Amino acid sequence: MKKTFIYLFMISIAVTIINCTPKTKSKQQGALNASAAEKVYVPPGEHDDFYAFVSGGFSGQLAVYGLPSGRLFKIIPVFSQDAEKAWGYSEETKPMLNTSFGHIPWGDAHHPDISQTNGELDGRWVFINENNTPRIAKIDLTTFETTEIIEVPNSAGNHSSSYVTENTEYVIAGTRFGVPVPQRDISIKEYKGNFKGALSFLKVDPEEGHMDLSFQILMPGFDYDKAHPGRGKSHGWFFYTTYNTEEASTLLEVNASQNDKDFIAAVNWKKAEEYIKAGKFKTMPTRYAHNIYDEETHTATTKWGKEVRVLDPAECPGLVYFLPTPKSPHGCDVDPTGEYIVGSGKLSADVTVHSFSKMMKAIEEKKFTGEAYGIPILDFETVNAGSVKQAGLGPLHTEFDDKGHGYTTFFISSEVVKWKVGTWEVIDRKPTYYSVGHLMIPGGNSRKPFGKYVLAMNKITKDRYLPTGPEVTQSAQLYDITGEKMELLLDFPTVGEPHYAAGCPADLIKSKSKKIFKLEENKHPYVAKSAEDVKVVRNGNEVHIYMTMIRSHFSPDNIEGIKVGDKVYFHVTNLEQDYDVPHGISMIGANTSELLIMPGQTESFVWEPKQVGVWPFYCTDFCSALHQEMQGYVRVSPKDSDIELSWSLGDE
Amino acid sequence: MTKPKIMMVSGAVIILTLFLFPLWNITLEAPQYPTPLGMDIYIYKFADTHPHDIKNINLMNHYVGMQEIPETIPEFKIFPIVIIFMALTGVLIGFFKNYKWYLGWFIIMSVLACTGIYDFYLWEYEYGHNLDPKAILKFTNPDGSVMGFQPPLLGSEDILNFRVHSYPQLGAFFLGAGILLCLFAYITSKKNQKNTLLS
Repeated sequence: MKKTFIYLFMISIAVTIINCTPKTKSKQQGALNASAAEKVYVPPGEHDDFYAFVSGGFSGQLAVYGLPSGRLFKIIPVFSQDAEKAWGYSEETKPMLNTSFGHIPWGDAHHPDISQTNGELDGRWVFINENNTPRIAKIDLTTFETTEIIEVPNSAGNHSSSYVTENTEYVIAGTRFGVPVPQRDISIKEYKGNFKGALSFLKVDPEEGHMDLSFQILMPGFDYDKAHPGRGKSHGWFFYTTYNTEEASTLLEVNASQNDKDFIAAVNWKKAEEYIKAGKFKTMPTRYAHNIYDEETHTATTKWGKEVRVLDPAECPGLVYFLPTPKSPHGCDVDPTGEYIVGSGKLSADVTVHSFSKMMKAIEEKKFTGEAYGIPILDFETVNAGSVKQAGLGPLHTEFDDKGHGYTTFFISSEVVKWKVGTWEVIDRKPTYYSVGHLMIPGGNSRKPFGKYVLAMNKITKDRYLPTGPEVTQSAQLYDITGEKMELLLDFPTVGEPHYAAGCPADLIKSKSKKIFKLEENKHPYVAKSAEDVKVVRNGNEVHIYMTMIRSHFSPDNIEGIKVGDKVYFHVTNLEQDYDVPHGISMIGANTSELLIMPGQTESFVWEPKQVGVWPFYCTDFCSALHQEMQGYVRVSPKDSDIELSWSLGDE
Repeated sequence: MTKPKIMMVSGAVIILTLFLFPLWNITLEAPQYPTPLGMDIYIYKFADTHPHDIKNINLMNHYVGMQEIPETIPEFKIFPIVIIFMALTGVLIGFFKNYKWYLGWFIIMSVLACTGIYDFYLWEYEYGHNLDPKAILKFTNPDGSVMGFQPPLLGSEDILNFRVHSYPQLGAFFLGAGILLCLFAYITSKKNQKNTLLS
């Protein structure tokens, strides 16, 4: 018996080897891979077809890639200090990281979304949320720089953010954690009924893109996980997935997973506008930072918000409805027509789809099965349009192509599944490597998707790349989705953890990309535009140096009369007006980063000399053939010295 | 109005387009300038082909000790006066004088144009050879003499890492056309005169 078993076992191994070996080989070296390489090959000097703005996750930044090549072009500093670009270090950008908690040097960036007009990408701005200290940032796509960060009060774990309505009327921010609103000293055990979840609506100025905290809806203390705006017929609505409708405050992995169904909250924001107009709001005192970077002064300033208008859904009939959705849904996505709302129950094997028309009908016919905190709960069967059955394990996020297909990621089974909108049948599935979170089709959350590629973003890579110690990279994978079956084309590392991305045809942005800042438009209070403006001014122990830089010298480059204990401000203007000629500056012993100054821009850093001596500074960006000569000296004398301030360049 | 008269008057008027269009263009190409640097020369100013080109040409040129391209030169005062004067006399001649005056105008205008080109050459020579003795980079010709950086008067040439192009522009073509039109006015008018005499 034992012998027979061993015999059978050996046969089965042999069969496995015979079967598997050639297959694996052809998979890795077949003609298919050669054509995949061609599809992502962008010859030297040629441009990619798409920009991809990939969230930097816990790096706090936003990375700019080209697709299909997967080449990294830039990391835009947003919520974290970046010594390379002096972001959060220079005097001009320090205020960008101001919050009601003080200067916060790090953030957890999540969901980038590109501004839209008529439901289509317009390539003007990217908005992105910070999860830990709730904030929303705006990145200008002419400069590829963060130009605004607004803090979101009454919120904690700013996760169901930062999505735009179809004319960028609002960018929205929802809280993941229920918290006492306003914050107060209260036992955590009193969570249920006392903690709230604020959904925030930030009005966007159509010209400048400035954000304004217009109002908040104070929802029950569920966890608001993800969100998407309605579009087309459902324009005017916003949908949020919730979990922890159990309102647990401890061991959530168990206690928030008890209800068979949680909700998708459907919020009628046009109705909210009406209630605001009718004065149905309460004004709550609060405090939040609103930081704006001005392109002409090249300087950020902080304004403090002091109050917020709040709507209570229990007192505003027709404002919010709950759509029961199994089972702790995560992703909340709306198809390009605006008819279908997709909730991915991350503990389920199915993807649940609700119908907007059915929802409207159910509301009209009052098909409610109950209510939660005064908010009507709609009958599941009445609003449900269908579900993608047994498609995989752990559905998370869905994007859409332009041919009526949905693409959903499955975290647990590590795959992307393509299905048909309307019939809910699965058409194709492809593995990801590994544990895919978000996915992105350029324009895939707008009315007009560009269904050429899907980019899947993986949390775990294990053996996919050369090992780099215990911490290995996260990654993105590019699939061709032009055919019936998806085809894996490319696999590339990402910066930080890539929560979501936003993609856009390159032509929409590249011609608008700025080359220089115009020197004549520079309104920095310490600008030096010519030799006459160059000076060194003492004001007590504060010294301000008005300095210029141009290939290949600083002016002045010799400074004397600085004393130990002085606070020396270097205000440096790059006089270049040529594309791609930044200069840098760094000073030995300065307790800050270098500056990297773009043509026409002024930036400042502070140096507090502690030792007597002659100390050099130099250009940190290899700017020209004489870059190594681009340097200067500052003489530092004792505190009680009477050496007069003087400065010079050349033989003056 | 006779045909030659119309030709004479319009020829004289056409040269006024020199106030609208550049006379000449110098363009510098180099690998690190995928958009080349260029300067348009009008009868009254130097202009950037793309914003800040002249500033960037000066920045390049300071490495080899060339002087900056001046904001203005005396010619920018003289040329416009000459052109306005010649256009005005041309129109008056067209209306009130006979065809022999046409020839006179043609000769004077041609001489003036040639003088202008010669003046341009002199300016270019000065610009390309008046080098700062403390120049950062010094280059010598194979014979040991100091290398000059004079752009060509007409045509294309390699100067260090740059390929330099120097070509007439719309203004120059209109000037040429205007002058030629006046010459044709003379020829046609003279022919007509003969025909009248014969018949």
